Amino acid sequence: MALKDITLGQYFPGNSLLHRFDPRSKILFTVLFIAAIFLCKGLVSYGITLLILLMMIGISKVQPRVFLKGMKPVVFIVVCTAILNLFYTSGTVLWSWGILKITEEGIWKAGFMVLRILMLIACTLLLTYTTSPILLTDGLEKLLRPLKKLNFPVHELSMMMSIALRFIPTLIQETDKIISAQKARGADFDSGNLIQKAKALIPILIPLFISSFRRAEELAIAMECRCYHGDEGRTSLRQLRYAGRDYGLIVFSIALCAGIVVLRVVFGL
Amino acid sequence: MEPIISLKQLTHIYSPNTPFEQRALDRIDLDIHPGEYLGIIGRTGSGKSTLIQHLNGLAKPTSGQVLFEGQDIWADKALTHSIRFQVGLVFQYPEYQLFEETVYRDIAFGPKNMKLDEAEIDRRVRRAAEFAGLKEDVLERSPFELSGGQKRRVAIAGVIAMEPKVLVLDEPTAGLDPAGAASILANIEAYRQANHATIVIVSHSMEDVARLADRLVVVSHGTLPYIGTPREVFSHGAALEELGLGVPAMNRVFSRVRAMGVDIDPAVYTVEQAKAAFLAAWRKRKEGK
Amino acid sequence: MANDPIIKAEHLTFCYPDEPAGHPPVLDDISLEIEAGSFVAILGHNGSGKSTFAKHINALLTPTAGKLWVDGLDTGDPENLLNIRGKVGMVFQNPDNQIVASVVEEDVAFGPENLGVPPAEIRQRVDQALKMVGMYDLREHSPHLLSGGQKQRVAIAGIIAMMPRCIVLDEATAMLDPVGRRETVETIRTLNEQYGITVLLITHHMDEAAQAQRLIVMAGGHIIDDGPPAQVFQHVDTLRSAGLAVPETVALLYALKQEGFDVPLDAISDEACAQVLADLLKKPPHLGGE
Repeated sequence: MALKDITLGQYFPGNSLLHRFDPRSKILFTVLFIAAIFLCKGLVSYGITLLILLMMIGISKVQPRVFLKGMKPVVFIVVCTAILNLFYTSGTVLWSWGILKITEEGIWKAGFMVLRILMLIACTLLLTYTTSPILLTDGLEKLLRPLKKLNFPVHELSMMMSIALRFIPTLIQETDKIISAQKARGADFDSGNLIQKAKALIPILIPLFISSFRRAEELAIAMECRCYHGDEGRTSLRQLRYAGRDYGLIVFSIALCAGIVVLRVVFGL
Repeated sequence: MEPIISLKQLTHIYSPNTPFEQRALDRIDLDIHPGEYLGIIGRTGSGKSTLIQHLNGLAKPTSGQVLFEGQDIWADKALTHSIRFQVGLVFQYPEYQLFEETVYRDIAFGPKNMKLDEAEIDRRVRRAAEFAGLKEDVLERSPFELSGGQKRRVAIAGVIAMEPKVLVLDEPTAGLDPAGAASILANIEAYRQANHATIVIVSHSMEDVARLADRLVVVSHGTLPYIGTPREVFSHGAALEELGLGVPAMNRVFSRVRAMGVDIDPAVYTVEQAKAAFLAAWRKRKEGK
Repeated sequence: MANDPIIKAEHLTFCYPDEPAGHPPVLDDISLEIEAGSFVAILGHNGSGKSTFAKHINALLTPTAGKLWVDGLDTGDPENLLNIRGKVGMVFQNPDNQIVASVVEEDVAFGPENLGVPPAEIRQRVDQALKMVGMYDLREHSPHLLSGGQKQRVAIAGIIAMMPRCIVLDEATAMLDPVGRRETVETIRTLNEQYGITVLLITHHMDEAAQAQRLIVMAGGHIIDDGPPAQVFQHVDTLRSAGLAVPETVALLYALKQEGFDVPLDAISDEACAQVLADLLKKPPHLGGE
């Protein structure tokens, strides 16, 4: 088992137009694009959003097969959704066998649902593939800043996120080490039934928890020593600045959303 | 004498056939003899951690063989698993692997995995605790309320309790103060003598390995450029320096004494040896030779 | 003229509040002064109180009795907390558990960000600090891929960027390999020599302690020895009874002294020790036996 082989953060450094957008405008685009996907009703609107998404993927210069790989984990959900929609939509029956029947409406609905899920995942991947985790956290913090007035702990959340990003690789290395150490004492993680397998995880999980707590404590002290006292009076090395292209992207996103709404409400497409 | 462990043309490649491919060990040959004390030295990242993980079958060779008492340990699955009990491996900072509610149960984890009966487990736990320098009353305490040094002893006892023929330790004294380090090394020596065990120790201290080991193995860039007695290995002082390793302090001092025009053998590695060499030279001089 | 003390302890005593009464204090009536700009090593076995003392300098712990001043500020006064932490930076034992950010330069910026330094100046400080510890080229790297020594240098840079007057290394070399230890000690020596930053190195490695200007030895919550390394290492018995070793050079000279040889014990370096031995062996035999 080599946990370190798992790709994390999933950021692909590059210098494409998409990479250069301010993270805030990219996050806004992603949110509005997801809204647009959910507002799509017919072939025309789905076609438009799909076209835009494919265009964006092209601009990002990230290999299309990377996106396919990123969608692998949801294949099961996609298949389930497709089957459910295929068989449980009422309408014009095209084929039936016992209680199972496929309707014309079912085919359309299943197709749209699958497309919707895939586009949803793809546009989220697009954001994480082209934005470094740090910028992403920064962008989220800045975008959510207004919520602070409602006592929502925006800064704390973003600090938690960036610390998590920092420690995930360290904890993975540590897990690998603990697994090896317990194996050296004859622990067996591969055989036995489900309960035995779950039990076999205890010698890994307990040391991992204990070490995480120790790390958290030591990190808290180290942060305190470096004068950390929340975000009061705190400045930042990295300054986010909107450029012309960012305004362009935001206007484009809003226009897309509005366009889809018009298509849906006025033309029913 | 037949070697207890024999590595034959051992190669290990991490992430093969990817851009991250890394050759950690490259066609290594090494025989480890029963009862010997073997020191492994090398810089961080030289491949020594990968090397020791092959000794008990934790890492699988990309090519080449690992023989234990003449048998290929990867020949069948049961054998691979049983080798872990014959070759005990103590990792660096092993105290982080403790997980049981009591010290006793943590030490018993290995013997339990060996499917031994209760009485035998009990015997082994108590004996291992003694070897590791743990007192009886510690056994029923939680390992997590012990000091760092005590935890390290519990972890070492956990491996000793499997009564391995070969005990491999990766920097067992890292982070300990001099008194703690000396005491752990003495515990390992006691186990070796009582069980006629083979010891393989990874260390960054040239002074320690010079004092303890019968033979030294130098690991560098996945190869073993020097294998031999401390005297043989440390005679390559300049080359070791280039590998970022160096020689024991006494060796450095005596090389300088020699360079100052004194006829003295610089091959001394411990304070005792240095003292003896100095006294010998002193007597020789007094005899007017 | 001697500099003002940057750290001054008077009858500093500390007990953990949850220890039962009658338990000996972790720090027992410690009084000392540390001169600004000096390089001081504190040596002691595990549990000697050396790390507890270090944590007082940064007001992570405050005295049970007695007082400690950092640059004239009383650490017992909560008002002084941020001010003190801006003046004294701490580097800890585990390199992994003190790096906050997932990019080297972001981590170095963490301290100045907390102090509210303007962004342009942070940039400047970060670049300078990274150059000072020799990590500028790796500024965009991810910390988990660095070696232990490199991580500690990043941690040191993170402290320097806060422009402190003093750096305390609390067993910061204990988990490093010899290469990492050398890197770390060389870095702090440079900081001390070239930039006049006071360095307090807490360690149990004799070879590191030997590089300091002043060596304080602790055992059982007391200071049992204090002076230049060449002087302190002569007290071989004191050090050994405190669970510490002496450098091998001193150990050899001590052994020879016990054999009746008239050798000095302050020849710590390889060269000095070799010179002593060579002189003895080259001296013409004064016994006219034959």
